[in-house]
Amino acid sequence: MLVIKGLNTHYGASHILQGVDLEVPDGRIIALLGRNGVGKSTTLRTVMGLVPPSGGSIELGGINIAGWRPHQVARAGVAYVPEGRLIFPDLTVIENIKVAERVPARAWPLPRLLALFPSLRERARNRGANLSGGEQQMLAIARALVSDPKVLLLDEPSQGLAPLVVRELAGVIRKLRDENVTILLVEQNMKLAEAVADELHVMVKGRMVYGATPERFRAEEQEIRSRYLTV
Amino acid sequence: MDFLPFLVTQCLNALSQAALLFFLGCGLTLIFGIMRIVNFAHGAFFMLGAYVGYSTVHWTGNFWAALIVAPILVGAFGAAFELGILRQLYGRDGHAFLMVTFGLTLIMGEVIRLIWGVEALQVKPPDSLSDIVFILDEPFPVYRLFLVGAGIVVAVVIWQFLERTRLGLLIRATSQNAEMVHALGTDVRLVRSAVFGIGCGLAGIGGVMAAPLVTASLGMAPNAVIDTFVIVIIGGMGSFLGSLIGAVLVAFVQVFGTYYFPDFALAFMYLIMVTVLVVRPGGLLGKEA
Repeated sequence: MLVIKGLNTHYGASHILQGVDLEVPDGRIIALLGRNGVGKSTTLRTVMGLVPPSGGSIELGGINIAGWRPHQVARAGVAYVPEGRLIFPDLTVIENIKVAERVPARAWPLPRLLALFPSLRERARNRGANLSGGEQQMLAIARALVSDPKVLLLDEPSQGLAPLVVRELAGVIRKLRDENVTILLVEQNMKLAEAVADELHVMVKGRMVYGATPERFRAEEQEIRSRYLTV
Repeated sequence: MDFLPFLVTQCLNALSQAALLFFLGCGLTLIFGIMRIVNFAHGAFFMLGAYVGYSTVHWTGNFWAALIVAPILVGAFGAAFELGILRQLYGRDGHAFLMVTFGLTLIMGEVIRLIWGVEALQVKPPDSLSDIVFILDEPFPVYRLFLVGAGIVVAVVIWQFLERTRLGLLIRATSQNAEMVHALGTDVRLVRSAVFGIGCGLAGIGGVMAAPLVTASLGMAPNAVIDTFVIVIIGGMGSFLGSLIGAVLVAFVQVFGTYYFPDFALAFMYLIMVTVLVVRPGGLLGKEA
């Protein structure tokens, strides 16, 4: 379980995260919504140790990992699928995954990943740069899973993907939920978030302002949209 | 002299020169690929290799021992320099690295002068390599053939190391996106130190191998660093194969240029460099600059 309490982050003089509180219980998918620039990606980057927090705590299984360096956070059990996927362009599909496999994977070894992502199996020897956007996204998720994470951080996985591919992505995330993978999902695509998440949270100006189950969110969607999400 | 024997021996000459240049260029390009810094001290590490090689041969009487001791010592010194000093500078702009590595060049030059003196030191190759062979009735030093062989062996070993080992994979990944490698659980600082050490170690091997041809002298560093920069700019900063191609190209231009147009040999080298920069600013195999 990932528990974020009172998390603050500064970029120079600007105060990006202003006391973020969020719980990601084991086996759940928690979606984080919000307009551009409210601090969703920064929340993930701060958890990952890529941005130093200026206050607050990030507890993973009861241990405070706030301020740890990225490789330590990764080794503690947090896996990161960044915005824009950031596949290694000159490495093959297999090599991309191998970079993250520091010890032989137990829960998600390579054969199981290739079974989950059949399109990657066909392109195993291709370079990352030659994959389609959807394939790159699947590869970024496979690369994160191979470290057998306790929590998976997904940053805008649907970005730039065709509707059909987004549907495929939703299917993959649902499968991960069935396997009890814990996920913190940042999304702009509300339909995708509603379809896969156990809870939806909304962020405004570096703070959490709303949290609900998908059912309640749907009931209040019009109001939430106009108040917090549309420009 | 007939043309064919002349051509063959000159080509072998050029290839032996290319081997030395490759030891320098491939280390510099690996370091640049990972760290995005220009190691101005690369020539000084090459020179240190030659002097350590001289002392090893002097104390043990064994050239082969020098080939093992020098790269290890020079590589360890390079890694220590990265750990102790360069590591403080990451996140600063490139000028800081240029100044610090340039400063290191000056310091190493002075320290070497204090330890080994100003006179050029002869390094004797082992007897088995001191002979002359006849190639198409032309005499040719065995030592230069040995350099060609050593260059090929080292190139294959490094290529296989990069392609097949875990550290090689991490080095390639780090050169593409260091932050992502870090977020996937590898401490990229260790990768950087390792690469800096390996790159300096390769320069050290080059220094030992060059010493029997050119003697260990204080002029080695500036000459070497200029040739190396030219190679890496031609081949493409960060490209391993590019450094190989750049080394061969520069060596052939140097050898044949010196023979046919002794006054313009240097100019040819820069002409090629400028042409490459105009046509492909990132180098022959480099990413867009």
